[in-house]
Amino acid sequence: MAGSTLTTGPQLDRDPDERPPAMRPVEFARWTWRQLTSMRTALVLLFLLTLAAVPGSIVPQTGANPVRVEQFKAAHKVLGPWYDRLSLFNVYAAPWFAAIYLLLFVSLAGCVVPRSRAHLATLRSRPPDAPRHLDRMPESQRWTTDADAASVGAAAVRVLRDRRYRVEVRGDAISAEKGYLRETGNLVFHVALVLLLLGVGVGKLYGYKGSVLVVEGSGFANTVTSYDNFGSGAAFQDSDLTPFSLRLHRLDVRYQASGDQRGAPRDFEAHLTYRPDPDSRPRSYDLRVNHPLGIGGDKVFLLANGYAPVFTVRDSTGHVVFDGPVPFLPDRPQGGSEGVVKVPGAQPDQLGFSGLFMPTAALDLQLGPVSTYPDTRRPRVFLNAWYGDLGTDSGVPQSVYKLVTTHMTQIRNADGSPLAKALAPRQEMSLPDGRGSIRFDGVRRFATLQVSHDPGKPWALGAAALALVGLLLSLFVRRRRIWVRARTGAAGRTLVEVAGLSRTEGDGLADELSEIRAGLRLGEVGDDSGSGPAIGPADEED
Amino acid sequence: MSSESLAGLSNDLLYSAMAVYAVAMYCYAAELAFGTPRRRSAELPDRELVAVGASPAYDVPGSTVATDEDATRQSKASRLGRVAVSLTVLAFALHAGSVLSRGLSAGRAPWGNMFEFSTTGALAVTGIFLILMTRRDIRYLGLFVLAPVLLTLGAAVTVLYTESEQLVPALKSVWLLIHVTAAIIASGILTIGFAQTICFLVQDRREHRGDGSPAFMDRFPDAATLDRAAYRMHAFAFPIWTFAVIAGAIWAENAWGRYWGWDPKETWAFITWMVYAIYLHARSTTGWRGRKASYIALIGYTTFLFNYVAVNLWLNGLHSYAGVG
Repeated sequence: MAGSTLTTGPQLDRDPDERPPAMRPVEFARWTWRQLTSMRTALVLLFLLTLAAVPGSIVPQTGANPVRVEQFKAAHKVLGPWYDRLSLFNVYAAPWFAAIYLLLFVSLAGCVVPRSRAHLATLRSRPPDAPRHLDRMPESQRWTTDADAASVGAAAVRVLRDRRYRVEVRGDAISAEKGYLRETGNLVFHVALVLLLLGVGVGKLYGYKGSVLVVEGSGFANTVTSYDNFGSGAAFQDSDLTPFSLRLHRLDVRYQASGDQRGAPRDFEAHLTYRPDPDSRPRSYDLRVNHPLGIGGDKVFLLANGYAPVFTVRDSTGHVVFDGPVPFLPDRPQGGSEGVVKVPGAQPDQLGFSGLFMPTAALDLQLGPVSTYPDTRRPRVFLNAWYGDLGTDSGVPQSVYKLVTTHMTQIRNADGSPLAKALAPRQEMSLPDGRGSIRFDGVRRFATLQVSHDPGKPWALGAAALALVGLLLSLFVRRRRIWVRARTGAAGRTLVEVAGLSRTEGDGLADELSEIRAGLRLGEVGDDSGSGPAIGPADEED
Repeated sequence: MSSESLAGLSNDLLYSAMAVYAVAMYCYAAELAFGTPRRRSAELPDRELVAVGASPAYDVPGSTVATDEDATRQSKASRLGRVAVSLTVLAFALHAGSVLSRGLSAGRAPWGNMFEFSTTGALAVTGIFLILMTRRDIRYLGLFVLAPVLLTLGAAVTVLYTESEQLVPALKSVWLLIHVTAAIIASGILTIGFAQTICFLVQDRREHRGDGSPAFMDRFPDAATLDRAAYRMHAFAFPIWTFAVIAGAIWAENAWGRYWGWDPKETWAFITWMVYAIYLHARSTTGWRGRKASYIALIGYTTFLFNYVAVNLWLNGLHSYAGVG
C-alpha cells in the first residue's frame, strides 16, 4: 500500500515480515466506505436481502397469522424458542433484516451521491471533441459528395438537432451526444427507492390498523377501546383517530350452489350507515370486498364474516340472565363455527355453554356434526353445558371463544352421559336439576371490519411511480455519441465521415448512422437544387 | 351459446391447440436436427446470387462449399421450420380461441384460478414468441419455447383443471385485469429470456471447449448474440414485472387495507424482482458479466416458478386462488 511509505518512526522499527501497520481510524473509515459503496458489496447485500426474505414465507409470521405461530410453537418445543430468539416469527421487523436493508440503502446513497454530482457536471458539459480517426470507432461510414463541406456541416447540425442530439461544432468536425436521460432515470430510480422506504416508514410511524367484529343490528364507534385488535405506530396518538361511527344493518352473502367449487363465496355485501363525525347526518354505504369505505383519512374494509347465534338463557330463578347474539369462530369447513356462551350472572352457579353452529347441519358418523353448505339451509347449534366458576373475575384475561373449565363441572343427564343437544331455531334445552334453560332464538351474521390509516401511502405510491419512470428511462434510453467530419478532399469533392459510439448495450447504432447519412443526403439534394431550406422548416412544423 | 357449451368449446379448442403445438414442436426439433449450421445457411442467398452469374468458384472440385445434397437437405429442413411456424400460428389461434371462450363462458377475465392462469400464461409465451419472430430470426428457439408451453398446458388440463365459474369476491376488481395481465405478460417474456439464457450457456460452453457438440447448436447464433438477446428480454420484462408488483400493491391496499403485508405471494414476487435486479446490476459489473450473470437469471426464473407453483399450492396465504381441490 502507498500508505506504508508515510508511516512514522516507531512503525519503521518493525520487522518487515510483520503484517502491514494498522490503518488509522480515518483510513479505516475511508476504506470501509469504499468497500460498502462498491458495486460488489451492493450485489452481496442485494443477495442477502433476497435470502433474508425467504424464511418469512415459510415460517408462520406473527403479523400475518398469530394463531399459526402459536400452533407452530406448540408443535416444536425445541425449535420454537430458537426461532423466537432469531426473530423468525417476525422476519420483516427483525433487527438483522433491518440491518441488511439499511446497509443496502447506505451503500446505495454512497453510490448515488457521487454519481449525481458527476451526472450534473456531464449535463452542463458539451459533447467531447471528435477523435482524429473516426474510422476506428465501433461504427463508422464515409463517402464523398459534390456538396461543399460547409453545407454538409450545416445539414449535419440540422439533422442531428432534429434527432434530439446536443450538438457542438468545433472546426471541421461536429460532436453530438444524446441519451443523458438514461443516467438521470437511473439516479431517479434509486432516489425513488429511498423515498419509498421513507413513505413506508412514515406509514409505520403514524399509521394505525384495527379490526372489529360487528354483528348485524349493532354498531361501532372509532375509539381504541372499541377494537378487538388494534395496532399503531410509535408516533400515533389516540386523538389522531377519526371520530366516525357506523352501524351494520344487514350482511348479504351468496355462495356457489353447485359444481366442483360448491360453497365457494361469490358475493359479500354489508349494508351499513355511518357518520363521519358525531354531528353529521348518517349516510348509507354498501361495503364489499375491493370496495372499501373511505372516511376522512381512514378506510374501512370488509375482511371476513361469520355467524352469531342468538341465545336466551334463564337461570334457576327463571329470570333472563343472558339475551343476545354470540359470534362463533368460522373455523370449520362450509361455515361450520365454534363458540361459547358465558353467563356470569346466573344463579346459583355461573353457567357456560360450548357449542358448534352448523349453517346446513348433517351428522357424520366419524366427525359428528358437520356443515355441508355455508348458507343457512338447516341451521343447528350443538351445545354442551357447564356450571361453576367461569373465572372471568379472576383478572386473568381469557378468550371469548373458549370456556375455561378448570373450576367448572359439566352438566350431565340422569344416566351420567354429558348433556348434549342439537337445537333448531326457537328450540330450547332445559338444564337438569332446575338449573335453568337455554333457547336458540335464531342466527345473525357478523362482519369483521378492518379500519386502516396510513399517511405514508401517497408518498409510497408516488415514489413507486417515480421509480418505474426512472427504471424505464434507465433501461430504454440509448446513450450515444455521433461525430461528423466534412473536409474538402482530392478533386474538390467533399469527404464526409460519420462515426458513432454507443455507451449502452444493444445494437441499432449502425441503423442510426445510416439514417443520419440518409438525412444528410436529403439535405445535399436540397442544397443542390437551390431550394435547400424547403425541407428543414417543413420538418420542423411536424 | 350457453355458458356450459362455451366452456366445453374452450376445452375442445385447448386440446386441439395442444395437438398442433406438439406437431409444431417436433417440426422445430427436426429442423434443428437436420438443418445445416446457421453461418453457412446465412451465406446461402449470396451463393444463389453468385450462381446466377456462373461464378467459377463453384466449379472447382473438392470445394468446401455445401454440396447439392446438403442444399437439398437444407431446403427440406428449412421447409420444416416454416411449417413449424405456420403450425405455431394455428395452435396460437386455437389456444386464443380457447382462452376467449373460457372468458365468455364465465363472463369475466379468464384468469381467476390456477388452471386459467396457466392457459393464459402459456398463451402469452407463444404470443410473445410469435411477435418476436416478426422482428428477429429466433426460429431456433421454437423447441425451447413450445416445450414449456406444452408442459404448462399438460399440467393445466390434468392436475389444475377447474370448472368455469364465477370469481370469489376478493378477485372481483378491475385490478384483476391490470395486475394479472402485467404479471402474465412479464412471465411470458421471462420464459423466453430463460430459454435464451439456457441456449447461451450451452453455446458458450461449446465455444470454450471447441468440440462442437451438441451439433444442433450450430443452428443457433453465437454465444455473444444469445447473451445480448437474453439480456434484452430480461430488460424488457423487468419494468413490466415492477409494474405488476406495484399494481398488486395498489390492489392489496384496496382489498385488504395494506399495500404490502409480506404474504408469501408478495414475498416471492419481491424475491423474483430482487434476483432480476441483481442480474441487471451484475451485467454492468466487471467480473460478473456472461456466465455468472446468466446463472443469476436462471435463479430468477426458478424463484418465479416457485412463486407460481409452490406458493399457489402449498404455502398458505391470502393469494390462495388456485381453486385446485
